[in-house]
Amino acid sequence: MARAATTTDAFNAVAEPRRRQILDVLAGGERPVNDLVAQLGLAQPQVSKHLRVLRHVGAVEVREAGRQRLYRLNGKALKPIHDWVSEYERSWSERFDALDMVLEELKEKEVGDGDDE
Amino acid sequence: MATTSSGTATVTLPSDTQIQITREFDAPKHLVYKALTTPELVRRWWHANRGEMTVCEIDLRVGGMWRYVMVADGFGEVGFHGEYREIVPNERLVSTEAYEGIPDADENATVNILTLTEVDGRTTMTILVEHPTKEGRDAHINAGMEDGMQDAMDLLEEIAISLR
Repeated sequence: MARAATTTDAFNAVAEPRRRQILDVLAGGERPVNDLVAQLGLAQPQVSKHLRVLRHVGAVEVREAGRQRLYRLNGKALKPIHDWVSEYERSWSERFDALDMVLEELKEKEVGDGDDE
Repeated sequence: MATTSSGTATVTLPSDTQIQITREFDAPKHLVYKALTTPELVRRWWHANRGEMTVCEIDLRVGGMWRYVMVADGFGEVGFHGEYREIVPNERLVSTEAYEGIPDADENATVNILTLTEVDGRTTMTILVEHPTKEGRDAHINAGMEDGMQDAMDLLEEIAISLR
């Protein structure tokens, strides 16, 4: 699958820990920027900068409500990440399930050898 | 992230060049280390039941090389190799990993830092995969994405959880 340039890429947008924190907060519901500033303990310009990156990749949407701008999570934009992480986890889990079986055998063998540490 | 009884590998993206895999095992760390560094044992689990390992070479010393080749079902031969950079028996292995299926495999090799921590006879394994470039990390991610992209849209909550 062809992906957009890195600057418009959801993977890179969420690589930054503060941006992941913003997404975590927004996962709880729509928030004005002041709430995000308070919860993250960052200065507003920094929060705004992160929000711009997240909006750029579509991970966050904004709407005007009176004098406030309310930000919310857009899960669809993060779907590629979710899919990739799930698949990667699945393949490693299969590998480790096979390792579990080897480890069971090693544990039994160790007990059998009289190694009672 | 929720885990099942058999244990689930947890994958996170700590920075734009890194991928981290974490998993707990019901065994002491010296046995996990043994299963990770003994060719006869690696041959039994590394294939993840997705094929057969045809090469498993481990020269376990700093500067020593390793090479794994597997014939994956429906995919063909895939090979990986690298060099051991740091070895602390039962605790830490730092090695490079080059995927032989790409051009300039060695220039694009990752550095993998594997650590084992034991608590009450159970061992947590963490593998931090560091790509030399963001592009390399993205290519790694791209390679695994195609199937997943065809899935139907999931719930927002599920996606948010996956980011933790």
